[in-house]
Amino acid sequence: MMHIHELTSIADQLCPMHAMVDASGRLVSVGPTLKKLRPDLNWEGKRFFRVFDMARPRWVRSMDDLLQTAGAKLHLQFRDSPQTSLKGVLVPLPQGKGALINLSFGISVLEAVRDYDLTSADFSPTDLTIEMLYLVEAKSAAMEASRQLNLRLQGAKIAAEEQAFTDTLTGLKNRRAMDHILERLIGSGTDFALMHVDLDFFKEVNDSLGHAAGDAVLQNVAKVMVECTRQTDTVARVGGDEFVMLFEGVKEPKVLEALATRLIARLEEPIPYGGRLCKVSASAGTTMSVWNTHPFEAAEILHQADLALYAAKRAGRSRHCFYEQGMQKDEQQAGALADVVQMQKR
Amino acid sequence: MHGLINRAIQAFAVSTYGAERWRDVMDLAGLGFTEFEAMLIYPDDQSNTMLAAMEQVLERPLPEILEDMGTFLVSNPQVEALRRLLRFGGVNYVEFLHSLDDLPDRARLAVADLHLPALELVEHSPGQFDLICQPGLPGYAYVMMGVLRAMGDDYGDLVILDHRGTQEGAEVISITLVETDFAEGRAFDLGAHSL
Repeated sequence: MMHIHELTSIADQLCPMHAMVDASGRLVSVGPTLKKLRPDLNWEGKRFFRVFDMARPRWVRSMDDLLQTAGAKLHLQFRDSPQTSLKGVLVPLPQGKGALINLSFGISVLEAVRDYDLTSADFSPTDLTIEMLYLVEAKSAAMEASRQLNLRLQGAKIAAEEQAFTDTLTGLKNRRAMDHILERLIGSGTDFALMHVDLDFFKEVNDSLGHAAGDAVLQNVAKVMVECTRQTDTVARVGGDEFVMLFEGVKEPKVLEALATRLIARLEEPIPYGGRLCKVSASAGTTMSVWNTHPFEAAEILHQADLALYAAKRAGRSRHCFYEQGMQKDEQQAGALADVVQMQKR
Repeated sequence: MHGLINRAIQAFAVSTYGAERWRDVMDLAGLGFTEFEAMLIYPDDQSNTMLAAMEQVLERPLPEILEDMGTFLVSNPQVEALRRLLRFGGVNYVEFLHSLDDLPDRARLAVADLHLPALELVEHSPGQFDLICQPGLPGYAYVMMGVLRAMGDDYGDLVILDHRGTQEGAEVISITLVETDFAEGRAFDLGAHSL
C-alpha cells in the first residue's frame, strides 16, 4: 500500500493545484501552485470548507456530502479576497482515508495568472494553460490589427461618401445629396420649404471673362448662400448655375420671402475677379410641403419650385416667386422666354 | 505574402530609417500605395518588388537588412506582442529553440491564413544546434537569424549564429549556445498582457 506522502509527491508533480483532505474534512497537504495562491495561509489542519466556498453543487455542506460528489465537476471559490473561482474534481482515497481534490482555474485563469503572478513553472507541462494564454494574446493581437483595418476602411468610406455627396467646386451638397435629403424629409413627413435658385447673367460672365471667372462667381455664390441660411438648411448645386435650398421646419412664407430678397441683393454685389467686376443676379422660386397633401413625390415638389422660378424669370428676373396653383410652363410662352433669355445672354 | 509580414517590414523600415525613406522605397517599387494593411494578403511579386526597392534605396545587402528586421521584431516595444508570443515557447532558450518546430502551427493558430515555412531544429550535442528553414519565404532564414540573436539576449544567453548556406533546398543556421545566464535577460510576466 502506497503511503500518503508518496501519493502527495506524485500529485505535486502531476497536479500542482491539488488538495488532500482527511476523512474529517481537514486539509492534509496542498500542491505547490495552490499554496502559492495563499502563501501566508497555514493550510495543514485547516477545514476545507473554511478555505473554500462551494458554489455548485449547492447541497454540498459537509465532508460526507463532498465525498458523494466523487467524479463530478465542482465549482468553488476562495472565501477571502481575491475570491478566485476554481473548478475541481474529487477522488476518494481508499479505506475511507479522505480524498484527493484536484483544482484548476477554468476560465478565471487570465485574471489568476495576473493576480498571483504565476509562471510556466506553476503549471504541469501537460497543462494547456500556457497554450491558452498564448492563444488569447495571439487572438487579441490579430483582432487589434483587424480592428485597425476596419477603422481605416470606415474612415475611407466616410470620406468617399462625403466626396460622393459634395460638389467639389463649391463644397456645397450635390444633386445626389439633395435628392437623398429631400426623400428623407418627405418620407418622415417633416414640413419644409424648397427654393430653386437660378443665376441670371452667369453665361455673360463665363463668356466674357472666361471659365475661371465663372468658377470664382460660383464659389462666391455658394459662400453667400451658406451665409444667408441656417446650419440645418441644405444648400445644393444641382446644375451649372442652378441651386436648390431645403429649409426644414419652415412654414412661414414671409420668412422665405425675406430670405430670398436678402439673398438676391447679396448675390447682386459685384465680385472682383482679375481686376474686373463680375456682376450676376438670381431668380428664385419657392414651394412648401404644407401646400401638398401626403403622399407626394419629390419630383412633384421640385416641379412646383421650377414653375415658380419660371414665373420669376418671366416677371423680369432678379426676383422671387412662390408657387401658385395653376402655374404652368406654357409651351409657347416657354419658347418665347427662351428666345428672350438667349437674346439677353448674347 | 501575408499583410502581417509586409506590415512588419514596413514598421521596421519606418522605425529604423524614417517615414521618408520608406516613401522612397514605395515610390521606387511603384505599387501605387505606400502603406501595407496587416490583415490583407498581397501577391508575392508585390512583396518581392518592395524588398528589391528597399535594398536599392537603403544601399545595403538585403540579408543584412532582414537580419536587422528579425532583431527589431523581438526587441522593439512597438511589436512587443510578438516577442511575448515567442517567449511563450519556453522558459529558457533551449526550450524556446525546440518550440520553433511548432512555430508555423502556432502562427496559424493566431492567424489562420498566415503560412510560415517549416522549421526543424536538430540538436547535435548539448548547446550545438542546426535550424533548418524550409523554402517558401525568400529571406526567411535571415530574419530568423535576427530573431534568434535577439531572443538570446531576451533570455540573457550568449549565442553564436552562422548562416551555413543552402542544403537540399533548405537554408541552415547553426546555433551555438556559448553560455546560459550570460547576462540579465528581460523579464517575462505571463499575465502582463492587458485583458
